[in-house]
Amino acid sequence: MILETLLVTAPDWAVRHSTVLIPIVPLVVAPVLAMSPSGRLAWLVSIATTAASLYFALLTLAIVQSTTGGVISYHIGNWAPPIGIEFRVDSLNAMILLIVTLMGFLASIFSWPTIVAEISKEKAGLFLCAFLLCFAGLCGVATTGDAFNLFVFLEISSLSTYVLVAMGAGRDRRALPAAFDYLIMGTLGASFYVVGVGFLYAATGTLNMADIAAQLPALGANRSVQVGFAFIIVGLGLKAAMWPLHQWLPNAYAYSPSFVTMFLAATATKVALYALIRWMFTIFQPEFAFEQALFTWVLAPLGMAAMVICSFQAVFQTDIRRMLAYSSVAQVGYMILGISLGTAAGVSAGLLHLFNHALMKGALFMAVAGICLNVQGTTLRDFAGLGRSAPFTMTAFAIAGLSLIGVPLTAGFISKLQLGYALFEQGWWWAVLLVVFSSFLAVFYVGRVLQAVFFQPPANPSKLRKEAPLLLLVPLWTLALANLYFGIDASFPAGLARDGAVAALGLEAFQ
Amino acid sequence: MTPEMLIAAAICLPVIIAAGIAAAGKFPNLREGVTLIGAFALFAVVVQLTLLVAGGARPELYIGEAIPGLAFAFKLEPLGALFAVVASGLWIVNSFYSIGYMRGNRERNQTRFYICFALALCGAMGVAMSGNLFTLFVFYEVLTLSTYPLVAHKGDAAAQRGARIYLLTLLGTSIGLLLTAIMWTWMLAGQNLDFVDGGLLANANLSPLVSSALLLLFVFGVGKAALMPFHFWLPNAMVAPTPVSALLHAVAVVKAGVFAVMKISVYIFGDELLHATPSREFLIGAACFTIVLASLIAMTKDNLKARLAYSTIAQLAYVTLGAMLADHAGVVGGSLQIAAHAVGKMTLFMCAGAIYVATGLTNISDMKGLGRKMPLVFIAFFIASLSIIGIPPLAGDWPKYELMQGAIDDQHDWVVIILILSSLINIAYLLPIPILGLMPPPGTKPLKEFKRPGGAPALTVAAPLFTAALCFVLFFMIDPVSDFLEPAFATIEYFHGVDLP
Repeated sequence: MILETLLVTAPDWAVRHSTVLIPIVPLVVAPVLAMSPSGRLAWLVSIATTAASLYFALLTLAIVQSTTGGVISYHIGNWAPPIGIEFRVDSLNAMILLIVTLMGFLASIFSWPTIVAEISKEKAGLFLCAFLLCFAGLCGVATTGDAFNLFVFLEISSLSTYVLVAMGAGRDRRALPAAFDYLIMGTLGASFYVVGVGFLYAATGTLNMADIAAQLPALGANRSVQVGFAFIIVGLGLKAAMWPLHQWLPNAYAYSPSFVTMFLAATATKVALYALIRWMFTIFQPEFAFEQALFTWVLAPLGMAAMVICSFQAVFQTDIRRMLAYSSVAQVGYMILGISLGTAAGVSAGLLHLFNHALMKGALFMAVAGICLNVQGTTLRDFAGLGRSAPFTMTAFAIAGLSLIGVPLTAGFISKLQLGYALFEQGWWWAVLLVVFSSFLAVFYVGRVLQAVFFQPPANPSKLRKEAPLLLLVPLWTLALANLYFGIDASFPAGLARDGAVAALGLEAFQ
Repeated sequence: MTPEMLIAAAICLPVIIAAGIAAAGKFPNLREGVTLIGAFALFAVVVQLTLLVAGGARPELYIGEAIPGLAFAFKLEPLGALFAVVASGLWIVNSFYSIGYMRGNRERNQTRFYICFALALCGAMGVAMSGNLFTLFVFYEVLTLSTYPLVAHKGDAAAQRGARIYLLTLLGTSIGLLLTAIMWTWMLAGQNLDFVDGGLLANANLSPLVSSALLLLFVFGVGKAALMPFHFWLPNAMVAPTPVSALLHAVAVVKAGVFAVMKISVYIFGDELLHATPSREFLIGAACFTIVLASLIAMTKDNLKARLAYSTIAQLAYVTLGAMLADHAGVVGGSLQIAAHAVGKMTLFMCAGAIYVATGLTNISDMKGLGRKMPLVFIAFFIASLSIIGIPPLAGDWPKYELMQGAIDDQHDWVVIILILSSLINIAYLLPIPILGLMPPPGTKPLKEFKRPGGAPALTVAAPLFTAALCFVLFFMIDPVSDFLEPAFATIEYFHGVDLP
């Protein structure tokens, strides 16, 4: 409904170029921000930029939904693929683009108070420049239809992420080793990816994803294709924090500036996961024998291991941001498990959880950011008694936390139910027990925080934390209410996830 | 009002009352006024709904569905109406009692107490009126979460520990087992969770293995039914103030549990499928085991509330037993037990609370001769004990009679022996309390004077007397009650697998 009006009212140039404008606008604005004389001005510009990207992403979604076949193919510089670079958007990446731009927009709104508290007003321009570059890179990964171009965008986002993480050094010096770790691991992942693309290029002579997909079946069980596939999966798996390639994530999340943590948690792993899905389902076909083996014997066990082991680790964290970081790895495990089923129900459950997880982790990290504003420190003890002094912030935290557990009437419940359905459909009832067990662990780690927040007296009453500023509360509550709304009426995200799964698997999987 | 509006009112009223209590928090008299008026209003709404149900209608309210097949919907049938009437009716009595108890005991945080109480009633109403498993699960969790602050009310280490066990056991079983079972059912029934006459899964062609596993997940997943080994939360919940133990842990919470078991037995499985499910035999055994063992443990407890808690565990297993016997007399007996045990056990808890307010005593061994000082309380206790034991003319007699009938119809003759044994143990652990209280053995030192000047507040004495009288009334009213329930069980056979001559 809203999307349709958007489509009708949009100017002609926007409709024609919306796909490419999503990453280009922030990419062009970013260097300008670096030269901005005032931090506050840079902030306002960054809001406008992400809002523009959000607008174009919504427009793209509207176009995708209204065209038959649901694919937009945009040829950069009018060079026809496979020679030129193609931007290709279907229901799958339209959904991812919506998540990234929406979270980017909300993040940029609340960035100002955290920048003032944790970075400095003078560096705001540079900081936001890095943020927009990262944002543009993520959007680019999700729009491009070219395997090498994807690598370029991946590197744009990664390089700026290293900078963003390292900016946390002002608050906690441990941000520096965390950024360095991430640099090493991220570069490894990107190199693996590009090596894999190289193998495929050697075998097929093309870099266009659709073209690779068209050529692969003829090649059959070509060894270099299989090796290339393996490299790509590991490379992207590293970026997506697939267990056990997640080691960089907890530190990066715990020590970077709180604004960066929130943005990365809600978007970065999602985009890498999208790229994985793209490779596994659109370019390679799940019918390939080696891919079936990968699903059943590698991805599914890794997903389950992440769910259980990282939830366990989350229970024993004292720092809340680390706890949430481990929980993120566990949640990625749910998504991987759903995707690894390779069925219509499984992939749409994975995608739905991806969407919902962006909402809940975004809200959780945003609430933590609000608490960090006043006093440094995010240990469990620092959170004791906050329910009284910062009720609005902590209520939103509680809602998102319940959604993380998967309590009914929250978004998290719907995606877990879908995942359970998909698993039962395959006869994997024991995997359902693991999902349930991991949810129960979530009860522990979320419950621990909630108990401290609402039932314990403050550890240090003289340094009582205040409510977060309005600039933070508005996006925070937007996300918290979205968690509730999409738990009661999930037709929108469930529809997106279903369309995305159709785009990934082809319509016949749903019959 | 239309039936839809009545159901909406029954669900929303407790929430509105909670908001009203919060708003009136600064003025205790006004606050309690809100509770009382709200309780009466809720009861009136529920009675209206019940009259509609008695007239053959099935009031429904459909809110919408989150995803296709996962609807948020209410539908009231006789069994739910019975539970709703019991819970909302006894809430009125309990509200009067709470006022006497909480003021007499000078408890802190009374506003929070009343708010959570109202929210718990919202959960109970939702469970009673839910039209499908999803809605039932949602309100089941509302009930768990809203009662957690009540259990932790005292705030000291013991209360926090008890409350944590309470929460983790109930959440753990419901998320770990019940939710798994619901997901599985959703899959098996083709994305449908509705309560269907004759059983949702009746035509799903389940293999005995699948239906066995599913039934076990369901029955143990409903932790509130307190079937062993998931019973230990109930004694731990006794750290709560006595009104909470009385209404929630003898009526609303635990009855929501056994009610859910009953609903699952009748409307999800259906009697035919249950009789084709091998694990039913195991669950009958588990229920009997719980009945005997919990009763034996109750004998060893000197703390009055702990003894009553174990007695509750045993009595709840009667309902599970009836649901698992799954023949006509069995489910009728189980359903009557929901009402009869509620009235009786609530009386006992309220007496325990009255004794505590007046004297501060919690141990049975200290209560010898106390009946001389507070005769009315001990008489109420005596009557309710007889009802729990199952002696006519008191309400507790009927469920036992029906359950025995059900056991024989189902060719489980040994269950009758268990039931008789249970009654004998009941006599052993319940009757000595009022008898020694009223007729102390020679040489007992009588209590000199009350800890609280004036003894138990009048409200805390009147309330148990009222419910004790209800035990009599219910005995003679049993015909209308079972006639009312009959349509719910119309499809259930009296005999299974027996060829009648």
